Amino acid sequence: MFRLEARTSTPAWFNLALPLLAIGATLILCSGLIALAGAGVVEAYGVMFSASLGDSYAVTETLVRATPMIFTGLAVAVAFRAKFWNIGAEGQLLAGAVASCAVGAIPMPGPLAMLLMALAGAAAGAAVALIPATLRVKFRVDDVVSSLLLNSVIFYALMALIEGPWKDSFSGYPISPPIEDTANFPVLLEGTRLHLGVVAALVAAPLIWFVVARTTLGFRIRVTGENPEAARYGGINVERVLISTALLSGALAGLAGVGEVGGVHFQVMSDISPGYGYSGIVVAMLARLNPLGVVPAAIFLAAVMTGAEAMSRATGVPAFLSEVIQGTALLAMLVALLFTAYRIRRVGTAK
Amino acid sequence: MSAVLEQIFQVGFLAAIIRIATPLAFATLGEMFSERAGVLNLGIEGIMLLSAMTGFTAASLSGSLWLGVLAAVLTGALMGAVHALFTVALGLSQHVCGIGVTLFSSGLAYFLYRLIFGQQSVPPNIKGFETLPIPILSGIPVLGPAVFNQFSLVYMAMLSIPLAAFVLYRTPWGLSVRMVGENPRAADSAGVSVIATRFQAVILGGALMGLAGAFLSMAQFNAFTFGVVSGRGWVAIALVVFGRWDPWRSAGAALLFAFVDALQLRMQASGLGHIPYEAFLMLPFIFTIVAMAVMSRNAVAPSALLKPFRREER
Repeated sequence: MFRLEARTSTPAWFNLALPLLAIGATLILCSGLIALAGAGVVEAYGVMFSASLGDSYAVTETLVRATPMIFTGLAVAVAFRAKFWNIGAEGQLLAGAVASCAVGAIPMPGPLAMLLMALAGAAAGAAVALIPATLRVKFRVDDVVSSLLLNSVIFYALMALIEGPWKDSFSGYPISPPIEDTANFPVLLEGTRLHLGVVAALVAAPLIWFVVARTTLGFRIRVTGENPEAARYGGINVERVLISTALLSGALAGLAGVGEVGGVHFQVMSDISPGYGYSGIVVAMLARLNPLGVVPAAIFLAAVMTGAEAMSRATGVPAFLSEVIQGTALLAMLVALLFTAYRIRRVGTAK
Repeated sequence: MSAVLEQIFQVGFLAAIIRIATPLAFATLGEMFSERAGVLNLGIEGIMLLSAMTGFTAASLSGSLWLGVLAAVLTGALMGAVHALFTVALGLSQHVCGIGVTLFSSGLAYFLYRLIFGQQSVPPNIKGFETLPIPILSGIPVLGPAVFNQFSLVYMAMLSIPLAAFVLYRTPWGLSVRMVGENPRAADSAGVSVIATRFQAVILGGALMGLAGAFLSMAQFNAFTFGVVSGRGWVAIALVVFGRWDPWRSAGAALLFAFVDALQLRMQASGLGHIPYEAFLMLPFIFTIVAMAVMSRNAVAPSALLKPFRREER
């Protein structure tokens, strides 16, 4: 006989083992779809791996792809720690992209432009995140629903801009004018797209870890998330913590948009984000809401995305497999998290 | 202003409201059943998309629209069961599971659609449902052609509202659903299986979401596109809050939303000056957010919403 038993603590190696377990289960489950498409499972995953992590150029491409998801992953991780259910990272990213694009189009010295782009993007993302947080604190409106609905509002606002005042009058395409050349983020490795934003993301992760784990604000965020009653009893202004969390979370998501404008696209178009905001939720959960874990989790998803495109070209398996993998990985991770709450014990008969 | 009023009372406008409201009504009732049992289903957006895809595919391959509807309903029910497995049986976070179900279902819908139909410059379409005028009733001036000359799925949506109210308020099963959503501990003591009832409610909800998807790809657009749902699932979640978890009010909320949506389509078509059409597209979403803020004071969510039930934990 087996029995489920509540666990009081989990060993540290779980932080690594659970995501790996979830990812392994995901790849096994999704191999069924590869077989259904009539391709060899080993071959398909092989192409995926070599195209995303197989050589140094592929690695830089994967890092570029991971950058926005590191930012949205951090945004979601911080928010979920306080149980502020920010599902709006997608809209906050778009707002950040638009704001940084507007600033980047103004002629000024490069370093100043980049700094102002980052500030504007972060501010725009924070402003968007403030809406669901305020609605929750002041009007008790469910933050999940309001932050979700705002994604659509922001998307249409972006469309209105690029099909209206920002429309390329020369080509007629719905794309914004490009930012100034001097505002383009410098490329760090000749012949690659590895830009300054990638480094910013890799620095942001330990920084946010420090904020969450070692500062007063981080302490307040954690207590508010774990036990709002205790937080209130301990003199913490829970409402204010939720607002601060939203501002931090939205700013991080906004920075994801800044990186895409300054380092990858240099302008804004309707498909500037293929759902990086939603992927941030997957990243944050795979990382167990730990900012340091966000980096490898984002790199994994980025590798799947870049790899899926190459796999599709080589084997004919639709590249949408990467979306299925994301969803499956999220669900698999949730199931794997059960092992942190329970353990399976053999009981009875054997004795 | 009088021009606007004139438009509102046109037959075409009334008919458009009802057509727009139909998938929302199915989806909203589906989400309502799930939430009344205590389970938030954020998988709705993906479930509608996957059902729209399977329904379209089944109809297109078999040539039978009703077989397509059946496929969509079964898909919805199956994905409802998946969501219930994670949230009810395993007691995992309803928020995150729902997002997971949506990501998974949309990914699967895109993947299978591309696998079956390949990449085509013009998306394949089917001959969708045709309107079915109801004798006598469709002869009523204005109201007749608008309300009683519709697709059979529209009539199903109209009938499902009183039916949902009856099931929820007048049947023993409906009582069980409300009990497990309000006070699962008491329901358990009274001999109601919390787990089974929640499973049933979420599966029924999924089936209704499947009908919403079927309507979109087989009556409204007669094709499957990646934007076929485009946020309607999220809107349904808001409409449930707006409709205070009641079938009648929720359906009313769907109608109100459809009115705003139809109005924006008209204003868009009439080329109202220089206002970009996107402003009209975002209008329903802004309207919903504002409405939620106004309504939230009176909103009484089921007490056990978002709370997993584990019998051994007392």
